[in-house]
Amino acid sequence: MASGRSDAPKMPKAIKLLIAGGFGVGKTTMVGAVSEIRPLRTEETLTNLSVGVDDLSGVEAKSTTTVAMDFGRISIGDEFVLYLFGTPGQERFWFVWDELARGALGAVVLADTRRLADCFPSVDYFERRGTPFVVAVNCFEGAPVFDLAEVKLALNLSQDVPIMLCDARKRESGKEVLIELVKHAYGKRPAATH
Amino acid sequence: MNSEWSPDEERLLDAPTIRPYVIARGRTEAQDRFDLISLAVTIRPTTGTEIGLDPEHQAIVRLCRRPMSVAEIAAHLDLPAGIVRVLLGDLFDRGFVAVQQPQPEMDVLDERMYKAVLDGLRAL
Repeated sequence: MASGRSDAPKMPKAIKLLIAGGFGVGKTTMVGAVSEIRPLRTEETLTNLSVGVDDLSGVEAKSTTTVAMDFGRISIGDEFVLYLFGTPGQERFWFVWDELARGALGAVVLADTRRLADCFPSVDYFERRGTPFVVAVNCFEGAPVFDLAEVKLALNLSQDVPIMLCDARKRESGKEVLIELVKHAYGKRPAATH
Repeated sequence: MNSEWSPDEERLLDAPTIRPYVIARGRTEAQDRFDLISLAVTIRPTTGTEIGLDPEHQAIVRLCRRPMSVAEIAAHLDLPAGIVRVLLGDLFDRGFVAVQQPQPEMDVLDERMYKAVLDGLRAL
């Protein structure tokens, strides 16, 4: 349902990328490092789907759940605009990802080697959904340094999923992760796999 | 005298006392109409005297002089995304804004887009 109005100014096309991972792994930090705007926060209200996830006993009137998401923007000329959404960190909000993941070009799964299990749900989710993703291991100070091959093994990633080290605070580093993701998504697009 | 008073129109709304669904007059039907990254741009300014346009509508029209996503509008006006969708639907129906939906998943296969995005990221 595009506007279709001939008098409408030329608009860029919006593209969505997701930054996922466990709580406190640096999702918003990475969004902020590469975004051209200060990260913004939006609240999305979800209905019904939360039933069975949230315990609503005693508060039957409450049929909606509100989740907050941080996001940033990168303009690519005047033709495209990338929106980077940090997925909500709590695992019980996995269902919001379905709305978020719809139409997404791909996702970055941020991992912390001290709490590697925190990113399992994200890896699992994107694998099942078929969303192209890369794993970026955020190098926290004092975190044990693992060989990336070991991390890949621990996450049981398929061979073609790129994995790299990153510093979520650094723009250059975040940029490299996004480039890797777009390259990966390009190779994974159905047209490329024949 | 309230020293915290600010004439900033976009803050006139006292969020804690006016529930979001009141702003949308209880309507939620536009929830599925626009994506979080649907882009809106103003194609006709308001005069401020239109019947049925609330301060929040006016604020969106001012905000969207440059293309702005639903998520950004929501963040700037401090309103839930669902409410922004309803208000945006009103403005779209009355011809104040044009809305561009994001690329459907199928169109994301466009080879040229990947190249443009890669070049753009490398040039950052």
